[in-house]
Amino acid sequence: MHWNSLGDFLAMGNHGLYVWGSVAVMALLMVAEPMLLRRGRKKLVARLKRQLRAERSEARAASEPLTTTRRSHG
Amino acid sequence: MSNRVINWFRYASPQTFYPLAGKLIPWFWALAAIFGVAGLSIGFLLAPTDAQQGEGYRIIFLHVPASWMSMFIYLVMAFWAGTGLAFNTRLSGMMASALAPTGALFAFLSLWTGALWGKPMWGAWWVWDARLTSELILLFLYIGFIALQAAIDDPRRADKAGAILALVGVVNIPIIYFSVKWWNTLHQGASVSLTKAPSMAAMMLWGMLLCALACWMYSIAVALMRVRTIMLERERHTDWVRALLGERE
Amino acid sequence: MLVLIRAVIGRDLRLAMRRQADIVAATFFFIIVVSLFPLGVGPDADQLRKLAPGVLWVAALLATMLSLPRLFADDHRDGTLEQLALAPQPLGLIVFGKVIAHWLVAGLPLVLLAPVLGIQFDLANDALAVLTLSLLIGTPALSGIGAIGAALTLGVRGGGVLLSLLVLPLYVPVLIFGAGAVDATVSGLGPQAHLSLLGALALGGVFFAPWPTAAALRIALE
Repeated sequence: MHWNSLGDFLAMGNHGLYVWGSVAVMALLMVAEPMLLRRGRKKLVARLKRQLRAERSEARAASEPLTTTRRSHG
Repeated sequence: MSNRVINWFRYASPQTFYPLAGKLIPWFWALAAIFGVAGLSIGFLLAPTDAQQGEGYRIIFLHVPASWMSMFIYLVMAFWAGTGLAFNTRLSGMMASALAPTGALFAFLSLWTGALWGKPMWGAWWVWDARLTSELILLFLYIGFIALQAAIDDPRRADKAGAILALVGVVNIPIIYFSVKWWNTLHQGASVSLTKAPSMAAMMLWGMLLCALACWMYSIAVALMRVRTIMLERERHTDWVRALLGERE
Repeated sequence: MLVLIRAVIGRDLRLAMRRQADIVAATFFFIIVVSLFPLGVGPDADQLRKLAPGVLWVAALLATMLSLPRLFADDHRDGTLEQLALAPQPLGLIVFGKVIAHWLVAGLPLVLLAPVLGIQFDLANDALAVLTLSLLIGTPALSGIGAIGAALTLGVRGGGVLLSLLVLPLYVPVLIFGAGAVDATVSGLGPQAHLSLLGALALGGVFFAPWPTAAALRIALE
């Protein structure tokens, strides 16, 4: 181990601001990117499912004559 | 032999690639974490102080991997773009567009860490060093690629136009780099080079390589995540996406 | 082959002559941008001499940018481009002719104006000569590389701004060697090395760029 104390480690020989500034931004962006991707994916899946459901119920409505009562589907 | 060839082409179709990518992503995350922890602990806990640059030099463990990745990702992107144009496979274009934002991210990080290194070493946030300048232009090239693809609605056309731009860019990158370097030496810019840390001890080198590997694995994981989203979006009218979505209901 | 190229150049020049206002506007843009710099940085002759090559070259890049969207847009709109793409002659050659025509209309006026504008910046005679020569060698490269961007953004929304985003980074080497040639003359190093590299870029830009441009046009026409 190179460091004597936690204070030394954080100070980085008076370059703490620069070193930790680099680390912080890099860590932040590299965590943010996959999180944003996950959120975007979830939203997309939800949207596509909604569209699919809408299409299916439309197709169902079209295939059934208007006079018959609706049966419940599984 | 012929079996194997067929297998490879099978994985080039989105339908089979999608679940495969899903299975691979956690492994790449795990590798990224392992390499990252190892590299950072060598770089930040074990590596000795640099005689000339003090502790501030530890930024290279972030800066150099980020710069390498930003350049390497552009090459990979151009490779996918080229295969997409040559073989007209759907997957190639999607891979190229999935890689671009991550490449731009690393180009930005390279500039950011470079500036934070430059301040204590050169006394300025920004110097027109040949490497930093080329990195800036590389970021512009990424932004151009992303903007072009975003402006074209038809995904097939966006893929092909992006592919041509990526290939033109990849031919230009060495020309740009050498012209900037030439320009820099004539104008006697910064004399300290970022990547030439004065005494590159073996331990520093190992730390840097491990960090670069971590970034590499990270890029693959993120690109696979993004390509899966792109696949769902583009192939939303196909049976396999419908089946996949229906299954989850 | 030469006949074809000459025909394309002749046709494009005739069309450009019918719309002289465009050429004049781009040329005046160049003049105005260059003339604004002394107003911005002050009339100190030493400073202006130092700035001159960079200012003139950057203004030339921007002025070229202005005329690029027209390179294929009109032919695209009236369907000529589709016919050219279907023609038995290689599309790359036709693009080559259009690039030459574009340079004659948009690049050459800048070259001719450069010595006059250089005088505003108090450049010495040898520097003025090299500046003009560097623009003469370098502007064809701008037309060639720019054609790729023009083809890629053909019919794309926000095409003009996007075009500059795509093309300006690719212009960096031309800018460096073009302005560098003048700098080298002023500092007594001699411009030969810069001018040869600029010539290489121009040859590359004019002879190789039409092929990716043709590919991009085919994509735009699909």
